[in-house]
Amino acid sequence: MILLETQNIEKKFANHLALDDVSISIPENSIYGLLGPNGAGKTTLIRIINRITAPDKGEVLLNGRPLKADDVNMIGYLPEERGLYKKMKVGEQALYLAQLKGLSKKDALKKLRYWFEKFEIQAWWDKKVEELSKGMAQKVQFITTILHEPKLLIFDEPFSGFDPINANILKQEILELKKKGSTIIFSTHNMGSVEELCDHITLINKSRNILEGKIDDVRKKYKSNIYEISFNGNKDKLASSLNDHYEIIEDKKVNGHDAVKIKLLHETNENELLSLIIPTVEIISFNEIIPNMNDIFIKVVNEYKN
Amino acid sequence: MNKIKLIISREYLTRVKKKSFLVMTILGPILFAAMMIVPAWIASREDTEVRTIAVIDSSGIFVDRIANTDYIKFEYLKNQSINEVKETFTESGYYAVLQILPSITYEPSAVHLFSKKQPSFSIKSHIANSMEKELTNGKLKNHGIDEDVLKSIKSDVNIRTIQWTDDGEEKESSTEIAMAVGYASGFLIYFFIFLFGAQVMRGVIEEKTSRIVEIIISSARPFQLMMGKIVGIAMVGLTQFFLWILLTFMIVSGVKAVFFPELGTKNAQEVVAQDLFEQANIPQAETIQPQNFDKFSSMLNAAKSIDYGVILGSFIFFFLGGYLLYGSLFAAIGSAVDNETDTQQFMLPITIPLIIAIVVMMNVVQNPESPIAFWFSIIPLTSPIIMMVRIPFGVPYWELALSMGILVITFIGSTWMAGKIYRTGILMYGKKVNYKELWKWLRYKS
Repeated sequence: MILLETQNIEKKFANHLALDDVSISIPENSIYGLLGPNGAGKTTLIRIINRITAPDKGEVLLNGRPLKADDVNMIGYLPEERGLYKKMKVGEQALYLAQLKGLSKKDALKKLRYWFEKFEIQAWWDKKVEELSKGMAQKVQFITTILHEPKLLIFDEPFSGFDPINANILKQEILELKKKGSTIIFSTHNMGSVEELCDHITLINKSRNILEGKIDDVRKKYKSNIYEISFNGNKDKLASSLNDHYEIIEDKKVNGHDAVKIKLLHETNENELLSLIIPTVEIISFNEIIPNMNDIFIKVVNEYKN
Repeated sequence: MNKIKLIISREYLTRVKKKSFLVMTILGPILFAAMMIVPAWIASREDTEVRTIAVIDSSGIFVDRIANTDYIKFEYLKNQSINEVKETFTESGYYAVLQILPSITYEPSAVHLFSKKQPSFSIKSHIANSMEKELTNGKLKNHGIDEDVLKSIKSDVNIRTIQWTDDGEEKESSTEIAMAVGYASGFLIYFFIFLFGAQVMRGVIEEKTSRIVEIIISSARPFQLMMGKIVGIAMVGLTQFFLWILLTFMIVSGVKAVFFPELGTKNAQEVVAQDLFEQANIPQAETIQPQNFDKFSSMLNAAKSIDYGVILGSFIFFFLGGYLLYGSLFAAIGSAVDNETDTQQFMLPITIPLIIAIVVMMNVVQNPESPIAFWFSIIPLTSPIIMMVRIPFGVPYWELALSMGILVITFIGSTWMAGKIYRTGILMYGKKVNYKELWKWLRYKS
């Protein structure tokens, strides 16, 4: 089921088109990666979903109906450029932000207590924000984003400013939120975390949506029929067993064994390859090389340029 | 609606809880009192150095006739020429030399004051006044009027002004008190608009630079945030104002109770009247002479006759109206810049009407019925100040209603406009904004 959908969104600023006919559908209870180079229009799209700005054309649908003003209470948003009131106390501020999202004071207090305990930051309650380090402030910010248990969470570069330990805690929390039923839009340049977390992705480049789908499908689509075989035995013997349907594109040593990367050119499959090389060497491993998101990102963006 | 209430209460509480608010609340009345007392005190203590001025009077009319004051003494030199004095001037210790030529009786410029330093205005005017008086008296005497007659000639006129109200009653009024009240309220509004308008602007800049604004407007609409801030700060202003009144009242009645116990039973209005009376810089009790006593008591009656309810009511209205009008413009400026130093170019169009209002105010206090007074009290950018100056003199109801109506319409318009600039501005970083750019923002679709 689709939770949120944007239909043919267009947004123009004074002298450039920020979004051009962008349509995405975000399935319920998924983690949806919003990727793209700097300045592609991701933040504008996120702002439109948050009703911070309005599109010139197109519509945003939530559960199949147009997004209303009140719906922002169902959204939790952690912007990339984030901050808090520096002179305000942490607890007061968290309470204020939670109430702005429609929580009652009582509920907000109860939930805040739970999260402050969970993150072990109760001692910060009466501190001013300006006394906190950047990482500490980020934690507070994360809590205020998720406190009202929104159906839809939008994280723009959530891991920036976190050390690896805290980044990991955050990652676990995001997965936990998904388990509890939230849908998460996740915008980042860190492709490793995309592979780890996302179910779906969309790639926005130069104001347009140029690639969308399940992450596994996307990666399969961009696979190039390359297999890596590591083995014991004579490399030349292996090479001479191959016909012109195959091409060795790389050979190297992996963990003390010989290994080769073989590209299947045409009219063949991995079984035929195996049947050819099994008589020649002792096979230790046989893997399909699936391109990682980093490669796909670079490839797609560069292709689009040409 | 609930969200705007939340925003208002945050804006209000964070400011009221600040130490600076407490300090200002306590210091305000003291500073006001000081503002009134200190200049008078300084004026009275000015020039404690005794200066001696040598007089060479070739006309012979003024010998021993120019009065010594506490700080200016005159020494009359006989048989010395100006050149002789000049040669020994540095050693002689004189501050200046006054040379009076015989032609003084018919030639006004036949008098010179020589000195090393530029003599002060008060010295110059003291000499001129004394000499003019002496010459006038001399001429009158020549026409056969003796000194006793001269003394009795000096007259004094005090005009008591009485207003006829519409229902036929007579009301003692005072131009001086109306002027004082007008001045005070005009200045206070000017001061409040700047003080609290600038707070709105700084608040917006703070939210923008700390980057919290994006989080807030993903929860509430930008217009709610802007209005919440403006209204919250207005309430801070009103709170401060009422605390000042309360505190001033307490200080005044405290002082009265301690130093003038016989006045302790007077009602509040009289205490305020007394206070205003003092502000109006009117001869104080100790200098009152019998003939002036009438004037004093009539002033007191007049002070009582001023309708403080109407003045306070319209003060609050014009303060809020003027503040809302300017506050929204200040908010728009704050949203368009990245830091306070960039605000200069946009501040000018806001500051100019306010300064014009203050300049015009000086004139309006003299002629509260003039066309200038009328138009500037109708034009919304200056009306909060100018109308407040006119109200103590009595303003026709239709003018008041017109001025208030136009002010309300204008602040709705300016808030709407500012809202549009604000909405775009708060998300705009690192861009040098000019008027052309603002115009574009005004026309963006919401």
